[in-house]
Amino acid sequence: MKFWASAGLVFSLAVIAAAIVKNEYYFFAGYTVLMFVVLATAWNILGGYVGYVNFGTPAFFGLGAYTAAVLFKATAAPLALQILAAAAMSGLLGFAAGLLTLRLRGIFFAIATIALVVIIETLINNWRYAGGATGLQLLRPPPTAPFESYVKMLFVLMAALAVAAVAIARYIERSWIGRGLRAIRDSEEAAECSGVPTLRLKVFACTVSGALMGAGGATMPMYLSFIEPASTFNLNYAIGALASPMIGGTAGYLGPVIGAILLSTVQQVVTVTISSEMNVMVVGVLLVVFVVAAPEGILGLIRKWTRSSSR
Amino acid sequence: MVFSFDLLLEAVVFGILLGCFYAAVSIGLSVSFGLLDVPHIAHPAIMVFGSYCTFVLGRYGFDPIVAGVVLMPAFFVLGMGVYRFYYEAFERRGSDAGVRGIAFFFGLALIIEVGLILAFGVDQRSVEAAYIGKSLSIGEMRVPLRFLVAFGVALVLMTALTLYLSKTFTGRAIKAVAQDEAALRLMGANPVRIKQWAFGIATAVAALAGALLIIVGPVEPGLDRVYIGRTFSVVVLAGLGSMTGTLAAGLILGISESIVLMHFGASWAPAVSFGLLLIVLGIRPQGLFGR
Amino acid sequence: MDKILLEIKGVSKNFGGFTALDGVSIAIAGGERFGLIGPNGSGKTTLINCVAGSLRNDAGSIVFDGEEMSRLPAYQRTRRGIARSFQIPRPFASMSVLENLMVPLEYVAHRGLVVTGKTEAQAQDEAMAILRDIGLAGKAAAPSNRLSQVELRKLELARAMAARPRLLISDEAMAGLSSNEVSEVLEILFKLNAAGITIIMIEHIMQAVMKFSRRVVCLDAGQIICEGTPAEIVANVGVQMAYLGA
Repeated sequence: MKFWASAGLVFSLAVIAAAIVKNEYYFFAGYTVLMFVVLATAWNILGGYVGYVNFGTPAFFGLGAYTAAVLFKATAAPLALQILAAAAMSGLLGFAAGLLTLRLRGIFFAIATIALVVIIETLINNWRYAGGATGLQLLRPPPTAPFESYVKMLFVLMAALAVAAVAIARYIERSWIGRGLRAIRDSEEAAECSGVPTLRLKVFACTVSGALMGAGGATMPMYLSFIEPASTFNLNYAIGALASPMIGGTAGYLGPVIGAILLSTVQQVVTVTISSEMNVMVVGVLLVVFVVAAPEGILGLIRKWTRSSSR
Repeated sequence: MVFSFDLLLEAVVFGILLGCFYAAVSIGLSVSFGLLDVPHIAHPAIMVFGSYCTFVLGRYGFDPIVAGVVLMPAFFVLGMGVYRFYYEAFERRGSDAGVRGIAFFFGLALIIEVGLILAFGVDQRSVEAAYIGKSLSIGEMRVPLRFLVAFGVALVLMTALTLYLSKTFTGRAIKAVAQDEAALRLMGANPVRIKQWAFGIATAVAALAGALLIIVGPVEPGLDRVYIGRTFSVVVLAGLGSMTGTLAAGLILGISESIVLMHFGASWAPAVSFGLLLIVLGIRPQGLFGR
Repeated sequence: MDKILLEIKGVSKNFGGFTALDGVSIAIAGGERFGLIGPNGSGKTTLINCVAGSLRNDAGSIVFDGEEMSRLPAYQRTRRGIARSFQIPRPFASMSVLENLMVPLEYVAHRGLVVTGKTEAQAQDEAMAILRDIGLAGKAAAPSNRLSQVELRKLELARAMAARPRLLISDEAMAGLSSNEVSEVLEILFKLNAAGITIIMIEHIMQAVMKFSRRVVCLDAGQIICEGTPAEIVANVGVQMAYLGA
């Protein structure tokens, strides 16, 4: 119950903020942070729980974004439908890619995910209906009541998505599914001999992960009123989705949240004060430092400190 | 799409030159990933770093190939250091090392790439040499001389490495440690030391490959990304641990890319290596000559 | 004698140019205590891997309770009643001892599309019962990567038991244990067999194998060189040579 109370509180705060706060900048920033929470949480379902590294977040994210954009262009579909379609397409991609490569070792899956980004980006680059390499302009419809600002509406929507993503991750983690996933991560052979259908579970995790990433990307086209391949399939999404859980902690559903909030903040600060390249450098260094010295992430560190101070 | 035999022949010839170059560029990865099982995603980044070092030496008047050779000892030491660090931090600790090991090399590649951007900017850099800029006429085709030079150096490099691995004592020890580490330990050899040495060699080879890279065309810091696709598809197609397979796989990739480039244009070219990789992983993950 | 539970017929397995198993045939009756011995590298674990499904046999058939297993993935064989322990223990290191047992309980015994809160509680109870039986109840909440050698071996067996098998394959569960610990493990296996579980024991500790097994098969270089009662096996010259070298 504690989780749902906190989640409800967070969402209520988001709605209240949308009602009271005037400065739209906070909602732009907030939207981005919440989006990374969704991506990081999604990543961790396959990366943290099962132990398969995905470098291809931009592929799932971008496919979701383009699905939403193309659907909107073709049918002027409402946001809710766009999100569902995006989740379905990216989920399908996760399913297919998983089926193809999850029977192999982790590093092969990781490289295959890089391949996915390049291939999907290349396909989109050559698809004129979606705007090709130059991109697609989209005209935003007016925000649905009671929202007056489109960005504020997207912000609240993203908050709902973030809560949903974390809830899904939490459910998987605490259930028998999560136990099966952890068994696969700890010893795949022993898991298989304990009755765990390893390939099916891995593909399931990959599908859910992909679907959530797609949902996270679905509102991007409306957010920018524009979509084009280079920025949509940007490496930053891969970095953010991977580094956030690895720094925040991969063992539980809170780690990616902490990591995403931390990294987004660092990103904003460093990019604005120094440069966007330096931002990538900082993230890279943090990633290496944490992976080597604090493998259980910030959550793990907090756990250690509370344990030693309670003695 | 115009289909002409001459065009196809030109694509194939060019593809052979390109393919041999790809093989040379990937052979370091064949050792570090194929033989040693290290998830070395940062290999292309180190190679690009080598290209930039070649560029710097070029400013001091070094011929790029000479620069590449000169860099090899330094990169050898660098490689040994990287492996040692990787071993102490990850391989020793077992279980979770897979995810963290991969993330480590990803972070390393990022750091190298951004470091290059900060040091050199995002613009393309190239070197100058007597053989860069000229073309040779073979029959009716014009082949850029620098590709022939790269082709030659690549062949020498691969022959040297293959001979080293099969004829010398340490070379065979490296192959042995890839097959049966326990047996090697029983024979009194230290597998960690051998792997470290092998990783050093792989990195030294990457330095020379980086020199070839900047000879063949201009480089920019993000170049490592497309080469991740090329090197890994070559190594996987060859079959992990197969040196001779690397040449065959490189040629297959080179020719495929060349044909796609000539007939479908440059916007499709990057997808070739990654597409090939996915096909291999889907149909025959052990590659052509895999163990 | 009871009905044949597991029939291994002409099973062969190659690794590249190396033949690990060459036309191995064994029939094991329901309720039997069966011993499998042989020098290192003779193919015992390979055979077990082929039966359990961790490896696919290249030739031959493996029929369990009338059903051909060769094409089935390992988890399906476990669901049909074949369980095995690993020679080098492979606990689910990030989980507690209790959670280790819940995996097979939830994925074999209680499997279904939705495992509810009720089934989770029931699985916990059953896991505790198994731990009590095997003497690990006190360690239920302990992280499984902090156990002693004998505790790890017991966990391996407990986890196999949690799959509610009809056939349990124990792969060198006693290697490296003290004689007291060997007796402990042996007692567990006897108890399981008394409850109706067919057991295949792979061991190097001859005393244990001879005490436990009603029939023994000796493997060498991928082939069966002798089959019979413990007394017959021990007296067999071929077996002696296989262990001592030609």
